[in-house]
Amino acid sequence: MHNFEFIRPADPAAAIATAARAKTAQQGADVRFMGGGTTLIDLMKLNVETPDRVLDINRLPFDKIEDTADGGLMIGATVRNSDLAYHAKVQRDYSVLSQAILQGASAQIRNMATVGGNLLQRTRCVYFRDTAMPCNKREPGSGCPAITGHNRTLAILGTSDHCIATNPSDMCVALAALDATIHIQGPKGLRTVAFGDFHLLPGNIPHRETVLEPGDLITHVTLPAPSSGSKHLYLKLRDRASYEFALASAAVVLTMASGKITRARIALGGVGTKPWLSPEAETALIGKPANDTTFRQAAEAAVRDAKPQSENRFKIELAKRCLTHALRTAAAS
Amino acid sequence: MSDDQKPGPVDQSRRKFLKSSGTTAAAGVISACLPAHASGAVAETRASEVSPTVVDGAVPVTLHINGKDHKLQLDPRTTLLDCIRETVTLTGTKKGCDHGQCGACTVHVNGKRVLSCLNLALMHDGHEITTIEGLGTPDALHPMQAAFLECDGYQCGYCTSGQIMSAVALLKEPCGPDDAAVKELMSGNICRCGAYANIVAAIQQVRKSA
Repeated sequence: MHNFEFIRPADPAAAIATAARAKTAQQGADVRFMGGGTTLIDLMKLNVETPDRVLDINRLPFDKIEDTADGGLMIGATVRNSDLAYHAKVQRDYSVLSQAILQGASAQIRNMATVGGNLLQRTRCVYFRDTAMPCNKREPGSGCPAITGHNRTLAILGTSDHCIATNPSDMCVALAALDATIHIQGPKGLRTVAFGDFHLLPGNIPHRETVLEPGDLITHVTLPAPSSGSKHLYLKLRDRASYEFALASAAVVLTMASGKITRARIALGGVGTKPWLSPEAETALIGKPANDTTFRQAAEAAVRDAKPQSENRFKIELAKRCLTHALRTAAAS
Repeated sequence: MSDDQKPGPVDQSRRKFLKSSGTTAAAGVISACLPAHASGAVAETRASEVSPTVVDGAVPVTLHINGKDHKLQLDPRTTLLDCIRETVTLTGTKKGCDHGQCGACTVHVNGKRVLSCLNLALMHDGHEITTIEGLGTPDALHPMQAAFLECDGYQCGYCTSGQIMSAVALLKEPCGPDDAAVKELMSGNICRCGAYANIVAAIQQVRKSA
């Protein structure tokens, strides 16, 4: 592991001032905030991440889950995944989030992983994790061996000629469907970013994964007030029953009246280069009767632009069945 | 339960035996190759097993492990796992994959189970850490340790301390009553021997008797 200076900043301002001197907040950052460490330490052991300074932010005051004035929820960036998933209000009003988190990783990792860290979870693409191989995300311009290599688990939506890496997070898929807002404190002050705008498509800059700049510290995530009577479901399909990344997953938040869908938020996991909101599926659902025909049309719409690779064509059908089943189950709940 | 925690017929554990025979063998080789005046180096090596040498850039940290304070100087890169095993020499916690994929290194931090391989030791200054050595003793086993023995919840034993640490933490977590719920919450602990059925039986036995 590359050696680093371990720093425990006294307050957010000190953390931000130190991190603001970094050359980048993206791949190759020389300063890293450390939350649970479940991604960062793993990648530091592989020499994929080689920060010179590690800032332990676990003792900064971002460990609370609180109600907001407008009836929503404010979740601190260092709240552990398990505390969030088992929080009474999350289980009652934002069930899709609780389900998604509890279907991710293991109990031990959920006790460690933070909300802020999970927003920045890195891909499991084997070429990204192996410094002996080229990878445009890790070393810009070096090439993407996944496109002609092992790509069974990689993305079919949002890919480019430069990168087809899947975003592996479950939590992020639920946050996308819940219209979360990300709160960032940076050298220039506070700002908020809508969840759908936080992660970037790889395009020709796959080493840039988010809108974060040097010194930007995620402090909170907020959720809007829950829509009353909405039905929530997170369905995850994978190679083994537990402790495995998604091959395809779907987060569904539906509101229905008189058998018709009045509101729908749909996000897919395991198939996109970022947590994949599907406005196409939502359009196919809203105003329609909640039946299998509608659900199948929505699923077709969600993967219409899918671009399969040599080993992952199966994901198109898998994602469709995943979403159809999730919609059917949610509507009947 | 590893052999070194079981009272054996002779007062010689496997680990103690390997340690002493390994040291003797190494000392034999070194003294055979070096002039007599260099034999002090061997003594120094032995001493370093007890009080580790301080590396450049080491950071002071106090870890509370199994109720005992350890004032240490650590290279920042030291994981909690390596610190527990190599620095504090509590070797009941095992290193399997070292990448958060197997659960063998599970310990408790402030009462919650975590993977010690994906933690830096420095992150836990002042935290309450419990390892398998802090659960029970050969004479007074933790009920979960006793249940693993009784239900034969292991074969080779390498994953066992992680399994037991996970299982003990599970007792205080939201977990449904059936086997499926236990399997789901134990999925982060891999057993390559495949002792899963007996592990689940051991956990259920403790839950039912609680």
